[in-house]
Amino acid sequence: MFDVNGKKLTAVLAGLVATLPAWGYQNQSSYNMTQGVTPVAHEVYALHMIIFWVCVAIAVVVFGAMIYSLIAFRRSNGAVADRTLTHSTKVEIIWTTIPVFILIAMAIPAAKTLIMMEDTRNSEMSIKITGHQWQWQYEYLGEGVMFYSRLSQNSNEARQRGSGIDPATVKDYLLSVDHPLVVPVDTKIRVLITGNDVIHAWWVPDFAIKKDAIPGFVNESWFKAEKVGHYLGQCAELCGRDHGFMPINVDVLSKEDYAKWLADKKAAAAPAAATALNVSAPAATAAVAP
Amino acid sequence: MAHAHTHDGVNHLDHSHDDHHHDKPTGIGRWLYATNHKDIGTMYLVFSLIMFFMGGAMAMVIRAELWSPGLQFVDPLFFNSMTTTHALLMIFGAVMPAFVGLANWMIPLQVGAPDMALPRMNNYSFWILPFAFTLLLSSFFTAGGGPAGGWTMYPPLALQAGTSFPLMIFAIHLMGASSIMGAINVIVTIMNMRAPGLTLLKLPIFCWAWLITAYLLIAVMPVLAGAVTMLLTDHYFGTSFFNPAGGGDPVMYQHIFWFFGHPEVYILILPAFGIVSEIIPTFSRKPLFGYEAMIYATASIAFLSFIVWAHHMFTTGMPLAGQMFFMMSTMLIAVPTGVKVFNWTTTMWKGSLTFEPPMLFSLAFLFLFTIGGFSGLMLAIAPADFQYQDTYFVVAHFHYVLVSGAVFAIMASVYYWLPKWTGHMYSMALAKTHFWLSAVFVNVLFFPQHFLGLAGMPRRIPDYNTQFTDWNRVSSLGGFVFGLSQILFVIVIIQCVRGGPKASAKVWDDATPEGLEWTVDSPAPYHSFETPPVITEENTHPSH
Repeated sequence: MFDVNGKKLTAVLAGLVATLPAWGYQNQSSYNMTQGVTPVAHEVYALHMIIFWVCVAIAVVVFGAMIYSLIAFRRSNGAVADRTLTHSTKVEIIWTTIPVFILIAMAIPAAKTLIMMEDTRNSEMSIKITGHQWQWQYEYLGEGVMFYSRLSQNSNEARQRGSGIDPATVKDYLLSVDHPLVVPVDTKIRVLITGNDVIHAWWVPDFAIKKDAIPGFVNESWFKAEKVGHYLGQCAELCGRDHGFMPINVDVLSKEDYAKWLADKKAAAAPAAATALNVSAPAATAAVAP
Repeated sequence: MAHAHTHDGVNHLDHSHDDHHHDKPTGIGRWLYATNHKDIGTMYLVFSLIMFFMGGAMAMVIRAELWSPGLQFVDPLFFNSMTTTHALLMIFGAVMPAFVGLANWMIPLQVGAPDMALPRMNNYSFWILPFAFTLLLSSFFTAGGGPAGGWTMYPPLALQAGTSFPLMIFAIHLMGASSIMGAINVIVTIMNMRAPGLTLLKLPIFCWAWLITAYLLIAVMPVLAGAVTMLLTDHYFGTSFFNPAGGGDPVMYQHIFWFFGHPEVYILILPAFGIVSEIIPTFSRKPLFGYEAMIYATASIAFLSFIVWAHHMFTTGMPLAGQMFFMMSTMLIAVPTGVKVFNWTTTMWKGSLTFEPPMLFSLAFLFLFTIGGFSGLMLAIAPADFQYQDTYFVVAHFHYVLVSGAVFAIMASVYYWLPKWTGHMYSMALAKTHFWLSAVFVNVLFFPQHFLGLAGMPRRIPDYNTQFTDWNRVSSLGGFVFGLSQILFVIVIIQCVRGGPKASAKVWDDATPEGLEWTVDSPAPYHSFETPPVITEENTHPSH
């Protein structure tokens, strides 16, 4: 029942949100959560909107009663206090029970979404993500492709104190990287997230993924992007001086484009790895700039 | 009134055989060796006000840097130390000492006791604080600057700090010791020094809220002390509690920290509930609705606060069952909190309302704390929390409950009891100006932060993409005006201490303040009640 309501509400709100200016993040309004481009993100957005409207409904009743009291029971309006109104077991039972039912009704769809988010089975490929101070490392498991991703050069120059560069002139200021993560569309991708030095968090709002990258732990999550595009995110756990300067970019390509990208990548990696092998064996897995 | 006369009579009788009791020490010694609950309460409140302004100044640095994209004023590391110390100062320096100060002033007056039960420990627990905060703030002058790893001090990041690290840890140990002593004093006073006939279910609701808070403090401050001590030994003595390379677990720190941290959240709000539950009935001219339900709700919130801690950690990769449990236990807190909001609303229902400054601040509390409660409910929904976690949405949420919640309640209490403390009425016009500026601009300051968070701005960043400029600017503007308008608060207090129209014993003569504190003169006599007052229906809570 909640699902149906949720979808209706979502549709109404999506219509409203679509009429508002959006820039920067794709699909992003400047004051509401993104609807995202993965099945999980849609569910999360729907949940967010349901709980928001539930809160609005409660607020109308509660604030309504408060505002009515402030107007109707002013002494300046001649209100006389009814000092016998000190407790009522009946209303106390009512206003304890009703919230319980509202909460149960909320908990059911939330639990469903949670189970869906945690289900990493049947993924089609896996990428290991490692957080470093202050860059991300992406490793395509089983493909021999690995690279680092850090703040793009023009953002990095503009963000220095006294740089004299107007951030407005820099495309995706603080949100663009040199080497984005590249993934195919409509593919269930499992990500394994860990940290190298301190705790970071890998967050892409459009995928509704936020997972901590913790040294000594490997966290799991997954996403299946439905739309080709360029998606932006940021580190979401304080990780030191440059915490604000380690963004995340994900390029979602068509399956063909992705296959081509991967082939190029492997070709570039192979000779480099061979050279590295000749020089010193342990360097065989050295980073390869795309 | 009849009682006040009796009291005066007793005073004179006492004078003949118990002279030293009436010595009111003067000069610096009065404060250094203070054992009087009112002097100590005053010191706590003044200290809290100073910390409020220092923490506020740090917030102004944050809001100035976030006025526009690009780094204008400070280095990112200094920005991080601003957010870190702003939090520590406001939580441990401003809000908690303010509540202890209010407890010191009001609990003996409300239970009909001459003083707090343990006056020398009371002195000690206050005087620790200036040293603790000097230690903390002195870290700004050490190599590497102030602590910059967030007030939550998550390892391994916290372990990367320089000399500021041990200073911060020792400062926190001291603050913890101070809080525990304050809490013990509250419990002992309420349990042992109530006037005969003042049974627990006749106790003023502020005392009840503080009693429950004191138990929370005793339960969790040692947990924090343990957590930070483990950090210290990890850093200096080669242990590996939280170091994965040595077999430790950085997530374990978060569990321990939040096992302290979540009850701490309620330590910061339960006394505020107590204050508001005193003020709304007074200016509604009606007894508090559901007095006993309020006590049970407070106790339930306190109990639940121990089993919800990991909702701060949904993104750490907890097992599904863990996420389910903490999501549902967190949602459950909405029930007793809802009961409280409904009770306050019903207290006003069929009342006879007037809007003096304490009532205005309590009403702002009622509306704005409820907004913070709504965003809290949203944050409880684990799947949605993944999008909210560590964004400005969370920043907006906890500032709604702590600034327009806890801080507004403290201001309400000051405006409520200040005439009782000083014996003078203050300028209502100035206090109302202070209220309206605060109430309007606290929303200009924090409401847009909901939008920023939902639009994707992480917290604790010194610089941001240009899409976030507009709301940041609105927020900063609100912050500057809110900050400046607090100067009015200081002016009202100073004026009121210096003079003003004489306040009567009841202070709010045309309202219905309840409790023993209104039976003594304003200002309250130095030793409050030297003989136990007689408990009557008029001077206690008429719960039935």
